Amino acid sequence: MTNSNVVLHVADVHKRFGGLHALADIDLQVEEGQTHAIIGPNGAGKSTLLNVIIGKLAPTSGAVVFDGTVLTGKKPYQINQLGIARVFQTPEIFADLSVLQNVMIPALAKRDGAFKLNMLRTLESETEIRAEAEHMLEDVGMISRREMAAGSLSRGDKRRMELAMCLIQRPRLLLLDEPTAGMSRHDTNTTIELLKKIKSRGMTKVIIEHDMHVVFSLADKISVLAQGRIIADGTPDQVRGNPKVQEAYLGGAH
Amino acid sequence: MLTMPRNDLLLFLGFAIAVLTMPIWMAPFGAAYPDLLQRFMIYGLFALGFNILFGLTGYLSFGHAAFFGVGSYAAVWSMKLLTIDALPAMIFALIISGIFALAIGYVSLRRSGIYFSILTLAFAQMSYNLAYSVLTPITNGETGLQLNINDPRYLDRMFSAATPSVPSPTMLGLPLTGFTGFYFCAGFLIIAFFIAQRITGSPFGMMLKGIKSNQTRMNYTGFNTRPYTLAAFVISGMYAGLAGSLLAITDPLAGAERMQWTASGEVVLMTILGGAGTLVGPVIGAWLIKYFENIFSAINENMLARFWDFLPDGLDHAAVVVSAKFVGEGWFLTLGLVFVLIVVFLPGGIMEGVRRIASWIDRNRKSTPKSASPKTQPAE
Repeated sequence: MTNSNVVLHVADVHKRFGGLHALADIDLQVEEGQTHAIIGPNGAGKSTLLNVIIGKLAPTSGAVVFDGTVLTGKKPYQINQLGIARVFQTPEIFADLSVLQNVMIPALAKRDGAFKLNMLRTLESETEIRAEAEHMLEDVGMISRREMAAGSLSRGDKRRMELAMCLIQRPRLLLLDEPTAGMSRHDTNTTIELLKKIKSRGMTKVIIEHDMHVVFSLADKISVLAQGRIIADGTPDQVRGNPKVQEAYLGGAH
Repeated sequence: MLTMPRNDLLLFLGFAIAVLTMPIWMAPFGAAYPDLLQRFMIYGLFALGFNILFGLTGYLSFGHAAFFGVGSYAAVWSMKLLTIDALPAMIFALIISGIFALAIGYVSLRRSGIYFSILTLAFAQMSYNLAYSVLTPITNGETGLQLNINDPRYLDRMFSAATPSVPSPTMLGLPLTGFTGFYFCAGFLIIAFFIAQRITGSPFGMMLKGIKSNQTRMNYTGFNTRPYTLAAFVISGMYAGLAGSLLAITDPLAGAERMQWTASGEVVLMTILGGAGTLVGPVIGAWLIKYFENIFSAINENMLARFWDFLPDGLDHAAVVVSAKFVGEGWFLTLGLVFVLIVVFLPGGIMEGVRRIASWIDRNRKSTPKSASPKTQPAE
């Protein structure tokens, strides 16, 4: 069932909250190097699906398999150590630390693992980690803000920094939960540009989004979720052409 | 490996000098006597360690006095059973308080926020009650554990005969009384400060700050935060144990009241008053509170009458009556007022006040062109 190209396999996942069937019969295969978008109206179960993948929620039945490893039952930090990073709908950052420190911390997690009693070194002596972080910030165009407190950044910059925090770990799979939610047009566009830029690096991405502009400019493959079920699957053109999808979700907009 | 950034080194040297010269610069404040200065050192050490958990990691423990008390008991027992020398007593106290902190931390750290605080408070009150009544054979209950002429002191007996009187603690034969006792404690405060500084500046310290700032992000960044918080808990518990053992060494009596919740609350006050999350702040907070406790509580109405003597008759009497409420037994009133003022106007404690003054001076100096090099202030 799983072919060699598939890096993430969501296999027959069901999720119930009491009487609510939030996810039903979800079967999703994400191929290596692709950007796979999951779209759907509010309440379709997009965020639930993402939380099941990342280990925040346990599926009622079914399993999530990443590169041959079953993720179900693992803790978020274990899932991250396997090479999965996540961008949140509201940026989860270290608001009281500097931008540079924000990016250095994930680099240390990548190098030192889930726990290391690293008390004898000073942060200043971590020159490779610092150089790596500075390089990353240069990449996302934030090097001039490296000494600023992260909490004082604009929303768009917080998102860019959060992306840098994920990218510095060179994850095999990047999960993005509505990366442009609540952003101005300008910030949305810079974020799309950045995502396009990292796309060329061959990182696998799963992106949840309701902004069609974002989805169609980034995705290789789209799955359409409605009422907890996948109702359509395919390339952007196939999905755009699918009458069922058009009728239900895109009809008004396109 | 043990190189230090220049600013850290300056801070360390400044701190060490300030501590060692305390008998001189505390004299004008009437606090330059060894007994009080020792307490400054001991409670400074206690607050310094507490800050590693509260200031750095963001976990507010309301039961740290338990470790302080355990350290005291362990030290007295070492001096009763093994030797009157201070070093084994301290090592023993460090080990016992570390184990104790490991057990309490392991359970308490399953929760965070207010639930964590309540759990630590519950454990500390349990410890207090155990010490006060249940474990009387170990703690000597209400009376408190003290040295006795009949104590075995097995290690000492191997080298010399029993002394005719109760011995007082020594370090390698040096009696720890008067200013020797102060410098003994000061040495350990300085070492402890150095270690706290290293922890704060290390990648491990960075992780603790990350946990305080955003634990969710830490988890999704691949960190197992539990061992980090547990390590911070144990380290700060051992600091408390060390402080407790020093108190037992300079005054060989361990009582249960040391573990009561008021004692746990006091170290929280010290840390917030001085500035949680800063290195020097908690120590200054501890000094201030101990100063108030000893100096303000010693002021009586006669002293106040002399102080207000310059006022006209009647008025001076009123001044004495009003101000008497704030001294002596009422020193807590003064402390409470100071605490309220600090928290309302300087939420970052005394250290925030220092920072504000420093940046104000800096701004004024900036008017002269090209003065200091524009230093970027790291976000903290």
